[in-house]
Amino acid sequence: MSDNREIRIKVPVLTRVEGEGALELDLLNGAIENLKLRIFEPPRLFEKFVEGYERDQVIDMVARICGICPVAYQMSAVQAFERLSDFTPGRWVREMRRVMYCGEWLQSHALHIHLLAAPDFLGFESAIAMAADYPDAVRRGLRLQTLGNDLIALFGGRSVHPVGICVGGFYRAPELKAVEAILQRLRAALPEAEALVAWTSALDFPDDEQSFISVALSDPEEYAIDRGNLVSGQGLDTDIRYFESHFKEVQSPHSTAFHSELDGRPYLTGPLARLNLNFHQLPEPVRRAMDGCGIVFPSHNMFHSIVARALELYFALFEAVRLLEHYQAPQRSREEVTPVEGNAFGCTEAPRGILWHRYDVDDRGIVRYARIVPPTSQNQGRIEEDIRLSLEKMGLDREEEEIRLRAEQVIRNYDPCISCATHFLRLKISHR
Amino acid sequence: MNRQKPKLAVHKFSSCDGCQLALLNLGEPLLQLPDLVDIVHFAEAGPCESDAEVDISLVEGSISTPEDVRRIRQVRENSRFLVALGVCATYGGLQALANFNDRDAWMSAIYPQPQRIDILPTSKGVSDYVKVDLQLQGCPVNSAQVLNALRDLLSGMKPSVAIQSVCLECKRNGVACVLVSKGEPCMGPVTLAGCGALCPANGRGCYGCYGPSELVNDASLAHRFEALGLDPQAVTRRFRFIANNAAAFKAAGDRLEGDPHER
Repeated sequence: MSDNREIRIKVPVLTRVEGEGALELDLLNGAIENLKLRIFEPPRLFEKFVEGYERDQVIDMVARICGICPVAYQMSAVQAFERLSDFTPGRWVREMRRVMYCGEWLQSHALHIHLLAAPDFLGFESAIAMAADYPDAVRRGLRLQTLGNDLIALFGGRSVHPVGICVGGFYRAPELKAVEAILQRLRAALPEAEALVAWTSALDFPDDEQSFISVALSDPEEYAIDRGNLVSGQGLDTDIRYFESHFKEVQSPHSTAFHSELDGRPYLTGPLARLNLNFHQLPEPVRRAMDGCGIVFPSHNMFHSIVARALELYFALFEAVRLLEHYQAPQRSREEVTPVEGNAFGCTEAPRGILWHRYDVDDRGIVRYARIVPPTSQNQGRIEEDIRLSLEKMGLDREEEEIRLRAEQVIRNYDPCISCATHFLRLKISHR
Repeated sequence: MNRQKPKLAVHKFSSCDGCQLALLNLGEPLLQLPDLVDIVHFAEAGPCESDAEVDISLVEGSISTPEDVRRIRQVRENSRFLVALGVCATYGGLQALANFNDRDAWMSAIYPQPQRIDILPTSKGVSDYVKVDLQLQGCPVNSAQVLNALRDLLSGMKPSVAIQSVCLECKRNGVACVLVSKGEPCMGPVTLAGCGALCPANGRGCYGCYGPSELVNDASLAHRFEALGLDPQAVTRRFRFIANNAAAFKAAGDRLEGDPHER
């Protein structure tokens, strides 16, 4: 094969990602000349239009940024407002919010593994097509996804834009009978999740180690989901209120898009980054699911992120069972939280990584300024760096189709949520 | 594959992806969908023939760029039935709040080079640009709404749509009125049914995410809210919310923002 080919790869609509994006890749004389992850979702300007709304309304508004991780948006927002008022939710509220969040990890990870990522590994256009050859695996995935959705609905009435979370707690506590019913299903799903970890571990992974910085929340007491300090693999350990002094959005020379950087470098956030930093905090039975499967966390092979999602899915089930096992409905599901004027900061681990919010609030609890940094805009720099490194390692002399498929697969490893990212990214809209 | 099967496309515009989840969250029944229809375009699920001619197009999201306008016209031309899914596609969505403000100033506040982003001054529903055969309201729509509509369309029936308010769903489901019994400012009296009275059943007031019902007495409800102690801005915010650009809610918001004695 000659080296002086000029290849222009355009993927006008990236499929199996959330939101609308495109890939542009030009190769000249065996080198990458141009590489852009294009995003053509129009901005919706969320940060501007939450201005002038009440705290509880903002919780319902920011859910609408993402249909796949609305709980994450609600949790980062409610955490911000409660922290500002120096309010610490009681044990029941804290634990049940964690269970609800586990529901979102469960549904989002199951959706990504089965409907978005696995078809790449097994050579299908879609999960529906894949179901013909892998009916049991796909059905198991869809069952787990449904269970996650039902767990969210237990607390929020529905799984997309749930209506349960408010400042101070929940609008309503689930009844014991409903909790017992779902607990039974959660327990029954544990072996399915364990089998899913083994199933994803047995997929074919390219040898693609890269060095990158992992960033996640970390909490001394538990595997961080809904609280913790900002921690990196290079020793950062800081309260979330200092996010803006460490993480900057910068414009890189090869792209019109701004990327998030930590001390001048792109970084990874999401399931693999979390496991790279916090794997040791998983409960022992969950950690044991990795025994003998040939993959070890920490890992710096992004293709292992599908295994990371499966393991976190298992953990989410395990954790939900643990927290619901001795469920008792509380006397009150919420406390009154008096508004306080000031700058509110919230950060939680969305399925795709750290989701950071800042709200400037007045003394009546009205939001006057907002800034929201979703995980996908943080990962964008890393995605472009990864495509470049991964293609160079695979060899740019491959067939065009093979190069395109690899590039798409690398993008999907990040489970990018372009619907989330674009409402905040500073970028140029590209038209097909 | 059976070539006789009706063809289905799912198109996305400016949105959160949440209405497509009415299909992607179906669970195992999702695998039966191909028995009913041939899915030719559904980018998030995989199939990607955006320009194919189809029998039914489900459209999610609002129209907010010149490119969206071109694309929705193309979708209309290619589709026998065009179904607008959810509040973004029916009314422009929460993001239509930008219509009430200076969008250029907002763009400049967020983007250092706003001129690079080709965007319309408004975010609107699909029916502002093309003929829509069926509107399914909700933020988000739920799976039952979408499946019922698909079944009706596939069997040649005119799909039935709700016109009554959430109040009727509360009565039907035996949920005590949160406005009367708890003094919660509830939008149920003016909001279209379809969610199963989700918020009142969860102990809170409805916040209007299904958009207006057929008959809206916003003035009376606004008075009631003020009697509950809400200030005029707080009342306005109840209408200027998820379905702010729906005619009845938009008019209510406009009236409330105007002279309080001219309502």
